[in-house]
Amino acid sequence: MAKTATMSERLGPQPGERIDREQPVGITFEGRQYRGFRGDTLSTALWASGVRVLGRSFKYHRPRGIFSLCGLDCNALAENRDSTNLRMDTTLIEPGLEARAVNTWGGVQSDLYRFTELFSRFLPVGFYYKAFHRPRGLFPFYERRMRRIAGLGNIHPNRPLQSTPKNYDFCDLLVVGSGPAGLSAAIAAAELGLKVLLVEEDRLPGGTLGFQLSGQPETGTLLEELLGKAAALPNLEIRTGTTAAGCYADRWVALFDSRRLTKLRARGLVVAAGCYDQPAVFRNNDLPGVMLASAAQRLIHQYAVRPFRQAVVLAANTDGYRAAVDLQRAGVEVALVSDLRPQGEASGWREEVAGLRIPIRRGTAVYEALAAPGKRAIRGALLCPLDEGGDPLPDRSESIPCDGIAMSVGWAPADGILRQAGARMGYHEALQQYVPDRLPAGIFAAGRVNGVYALGDRLEDGRRAGRQAAAYLGKAGSEAPAEPPRRGEAFSHPYPVVPHPRGKNFVDLDEDIQLDDIRHSLQEGFDSAELLKRYSTLGMGPSQGKHSNLNGSRILARLKGESLASTGLTTARPFTSPVPLSHLAGRIFSPQRRTPIHARHRQLGACFMVAGSWLRPEYYLVPGADRRATIQAEAEAVRGRVGVVDVGTLGKLEICGPDAVAFIERMYTGRFAKLKEGRSRYLLMCDESGMMVDDGVAARLAPDRFYVTTTSGASDGVAREMTRWALTWSLKVMVLNLTGAYGAMNLAGPRSLEILQPLTDIDLAPDAFPYLGVREGRVAGAPARVLRVGFVGEWGYEIHVPADAAVAVWDRILQAGRGAGIRPFGVEAQRLLRLEKGHLIMGQDSDGLSYPSEAGMDWAVKGDKPFFLGQRSLSILKTRPLKRRLVGFAFPETYGGPVPRECELVIHGNEIAGRVTSAAFSPTLKQVIGMAYVQPELSAPGTPVPIRTGGCRLVTAHVVELPFYDPGNLRQKERPA
Amino acid sequence: MSRRYPEPRMFRCPDRLKPHYDAVIIGAGGHGLAAAYYLARDHGIRDVAVLEKSYLGAGGTGRNTAIIRSNYLTAEGVRFYDESLRLFRDLSADLDLNLFYSRRGHFTLAHSDATLRTMRWRAEVNKHLGVDSELVGPEVIRRECPQLDLSCGGHTPVLGALYHPPGAIARHDAVAWGYGRGASQRGVEIHQQTEVTGIRVQGGRVAGVETNRGFVETGKVLSAVAGYTPAVMEMVDVRTPLEVHPLQACVSEPLKPWLDTIIVSANLHLYVSQSSRGELVMGAALDPYELHSTRSTLDFVEGLAGHLLELFPFLGEVRVLRQWAGLADMTPDFSPIMGKTPVEGLYLDAGWGTWGFKATPVCGKTMAHTLANDRPHPLIEPFRLSRFEEFDLVGEKGAASVGH
Repeated sequence: MAKTATMSERLGPQPGERIDREQPVGITFEGRQYRGFRGDTLSTALWASGVRVLGRSFKYHRPRGIFSLCGLDCNALAENRDSTNLRMDTTLIEPGLEARAVNTWGGVQSDLYRFTELFSRFLPVGFYYKAFHRPRGLFPFYERRMRRIAGLGNIHPNRPLQSTPKNYDFCDLLVVGSGPAGLSAAIAAAELGLKVLLVEEDRLPGGTLGFQLSGQPETGTLLEELLGKAAALPNLEIRTGTTAAGCYADRWVALFDSRRLTKLRARGLVVAAGCYDQPAVFRNNDLPGVMLASAAQRLIHQYAVRPFRQAVVLAANTDGYRAAVDLQRAGVEVALVSDLRPQGEASGWREEVAGLRIPIRRGTAVYEALAAPGKRAIRGALLCPLDEGGDPLPDRSESIPCDGIAMSVGWAPADGILRQAGARMGYHEALQQYVPDRLPAGIFAAGRVNGVYALGDRLEDGRRAGRQAAAYLGKAGSEAPAEPPRRGEAFSHPYPVVPHPRGKNFVDLDEDIQLDDIRHSLQEGFDSAELLKRYSTLGMGPSQGKHSNLNGSRILARLKGESLASTGLTTARPFTSPVPLSHLAGRIFSPQRRTPIHARHRQLGACFMVAGSWLRPEYYLVPGADRRATIQAEAEAVRGRVGVVDVGTLGKLEICGPDAVAFIERMYTGRFAKLKEGRSRYLLMCDESGMMVDDGVAARLAPDRFYVTTTSGASDGVAREMTRWALTWSLKVMVLNLTGAYGAMNLAGPRSLEILQPLTDIDLAPDAFPYLGVREGRVAGAPARVLRVGFVGEWGYEIHVPADAAVAVWDRILQAGRGAGIRPFGVEAQRLLRLEKGHLIMGQDSDGLSYPSEAGMDWAVKGDKPFFLGQRSLSILKTRPLKRRLVGFAFPETYGGPVPRECELVIHGNEIAGRVTSAAFSPTLKQVIGMAYVQPELSAPGTPVPIRTGGCRLVTAHVVELPFYDPGNLRQKERPA
Repeated sequence: MSRRYPEPRMFRCPDRLKPHYDAVIIGAGGHGLAAAYYLARDHGIRDVAVLEKSYLGAGGTGRNTAIIRSNYLTAEGVRFYDESLRLFRDLSADLDLNLFYSRRGHFTLAHSDATLRTMRWRAEVNKHLGVDSELVGPEVIRRECPQLDLSCGGHTPVLGALYHPPGAIARHDAVAWGYGRGASQRGVEIHQQTEVTGIRVQGGRVAGVETNRGFVETGKVLSAVAGYTPAVMEMVDVRTPLEVHPLQACVSEPLKPWLDTIIVSANLHLYVSQSSRGELVMGAALDPYELHSTRSTLDFVEGLAGHLLELFPFLGEVRVLRQWAGLADMTPDFSPIMGKTPVEGLYLDAGWGTWGFKATPVCGKTMAHTLANDRPHPLIEPFRLSRFEEFDLVGEKGAASVGH
């Protein structure tokens, strides 16, 4: 059995540590076994065991270790059996975890891809734009090789779908960040009566109060005090482990935790998200052992892990000195503090450090981290004094042995949410930091993100922001100073960047971008922040530039001789930190609509098809019969006896109000003013460009009330458009979408009357209830609207009943029709029957650019009305020659070839002359019939219609008059035999 | 491969505008720069200024999802985009810049009978016009993209797809840079941060453009500003039937390459491909309302994630890194507006909706021809602005409104 490494770097118990020493946890990383404690992250458990190489970089595959320890260590990503791109610095360990680093060849220790670095001299920025493309034929070869080394983690194609819930929430005030500023803002606002939600990305609250301790026990006490105050306020909720990842219009905020997305509408927003510790740029600043001072402090105070044995602290602010104190107290031998500033530290922390007998070198930079063999650690720091212009003087360099360098040279505001919310950031020269200089109404900033650093000031600034927010939200007695207490020395160095002739001074660790890469990008003309980003990929990696954009801007500004104020920032976009697709998808809402009779169709053996958002019976399976024969038999039953089809998917709208007639006349092409109560009429709708978009039937129920059907797919769209137009035209009309509230079925065939009459109190006698009549009454006990229609070309009734009664009505009809040989029929038989009648199906026999004249639908357009949608366009189109015409075609009865498929082309003289829209074998006519758009010159009856079917074969039909069946419409109008 | 720095600038950055140019191009996106390149290379017109109010490639060029295909519905569309695809294939060599033109195969999935019907229409037209495109069944999709869940979560199974093997992706920004460099090398001046504020017209002819850096005299102006076209055309009182809608996209963290093809689902309003860096590049339908803004919305990325997981259920843990939006200038017939305008000397390249990137080379070439000859190139004749008045629309919308 492999030996488990010991936790050689684990410190004794630390106040406030996050680990549970009672619960050891065994894990495997890269095949080796390690032990940590519950509460450790993958990175801290490994670091405690002396592991230094946690991952490899994206491009050069250089070893990388802990850098930020706050979820931004994007070179320490792991994968396991079912997860990928796990951030090791924040992924908690669990017993049995088996992980390995992503994107290595042969393991993280001796990744063979590391040899790409040998060529790095030949791989300057943008090199790949300048290579491999000649000759053209070879790029696919190179591409295959490049794709092998591209990317980070592997996918797991067998991983099951995770379904996560989503949550909706509201609050008066959302506070982002639970450091001193955020806590005090939340408390101040809650004390004034606001309902406050405070979110913290970290799994425990406190922000810097949890790790910037520097031997000050009162810091811990202060956090307890603040949390105690917060806990006493019932209207203040704190959610930890929750990231505000995006802020959209009107303070619609996306909050993510490990389990779900919460969509929150906040009336006001205080951003106290703090700052990201920024690295210095020097040679080998990326190697394991070089880390941000804040990361070293987190290791010590939160995880009780010794970051290094011997350290050099590179400082340009008070925080660096405080980190030196923390390190020394944790038993790290701090060799010295190298301060980039010529004047050094002015605060009392200088004496504190000096008192610990740590030497301080002012005006001195780390010129290079000296790499240990294999670059798997560092063995020292090469220090170098800076001249008056801030340039290094390498001749006077000095080598200091150490295994760690902690950097604290500046801070970049965590302003993602602020900027998404519309804040404009301006560069504050005295602070050397971007701070909000214009905030939209209802948006406030506090603490470090606002350029406020001293602990007392941050508390005060939080209070100020909380009270301002309360004032904005109308709470009396919440006066607050307008200006934040920005004072004291800059916490950020204006240019913590040290050039080195041999490079490897990284600006962006995600993307392995070195100082020279930026210089070269500029030389090539990519000299604005946005162009630089796109050419060099600066800031485009998984951490989205949180550690690189600021230094990138500093370098860009210096190279251009500008100030940062004019260099500007790239646009801030969601997300502030990456969000799993599962959280965004939630439970995946893909509604599928079923008619109320769905279960019966299933019992009857229906084969279902997707029609828009609906499932509809395509046909009803008969054992032993094939699909085509079944469909034909269903159609024959309608023609010869009687059939019933579920048409519950039709859109069903009720249009009522004093302007109902005027409204319908504007929406549709026909005329309806004179339509009598109890009568129905065909409806055709065009869009403003005159193109046919929908059709249906309007039934007049009362002078001011119409019942209107739409095609199955269009009901919601039509209802929406109608509502919009009703508002636009200011008409007194109401549009009710009853599509889901009603079920509907069409009983059709010569024996439909005799079946229905016993079930209804409506008098079905042809004289009492003529063709196109509409009656309200009861069918099988249910209140019903019955329309006499003729879509399939037989005597028939469309019966609309409340959805909950539909099954009973369906059952009664089938029962009553048993003796007459009734047969349920599906969509396919219906399509065949209506084709025999030459009736169009919108969307099948029309397309996005079909207008009535082309489709022979001019009879449905009453152009002399005052107005209807598309009228002007149609009147213009009337003056233009037709480009195509919808015609019927038929093959001779002797034709034995294939039935053309919809959308196959009509070919004339080797040119496209049209297309088939519908085609089928008609059992009634015993021949293949269809409809097609053809050029007008080919539309006369008797003209050959050559159709290319099956990819190559030309078959020839001839144009015939429509309809194919019962041209006098006698079967649907005259009393059935 | 070894090259020593400093490399030359890709594009010169002249300090000041000259008082006169033979031609001015508004908009340094792919289209404007390509037109400048071909003007200089093919027509000897080198005294050209490309004026850009922001940075090079700031608009649709850098915001699209970089898909190239030619399986359109109309003969006009197919000929035009197929020429573009042909030019794209040689473009890396032409421009001496690797555009990462990567042939991936393009699948437009059909989940319903109605969509399948529309796909067949496109396939039949494509095949007739010699474009490699066909309707395929699930087995071909499974072969080319085995990770795809053809049952689509069980409720809208994939019935088939329109398969277009030449479908490709490319590095979109680089297309603009390459054309910019080529144009600059031939004498064209590119002025960034230079906003055109007016177009001076005298006697029905273009006389010059007003900019935030002063007046520039010229007799030929090309407007290649996509979503900003209505604003530019307002300067000369020319109306276009454009509606500007936001079009959003997003990108995941890099993954090891696994998705070789480009997958589009019209029913689910989704398209996805994997970039050369390993990121999944994802987009969806237009935002359903007119808006002149490049803001992002949460519901876009929520909806997209849901549909993506229906097709690739195992991607749940993959993280979305960032989202963005561009402006899509939509025409009523889903075809561009190209050619001359009622103002003599003013040429228009607009109406690029969701199909602008793939047309970049052919637009450059045909617009350069049009400017040089003051006569529309035959390939763009059907796309003339006057077709809207004449009610002589291009039929590209035919497929779009059917079966979705």
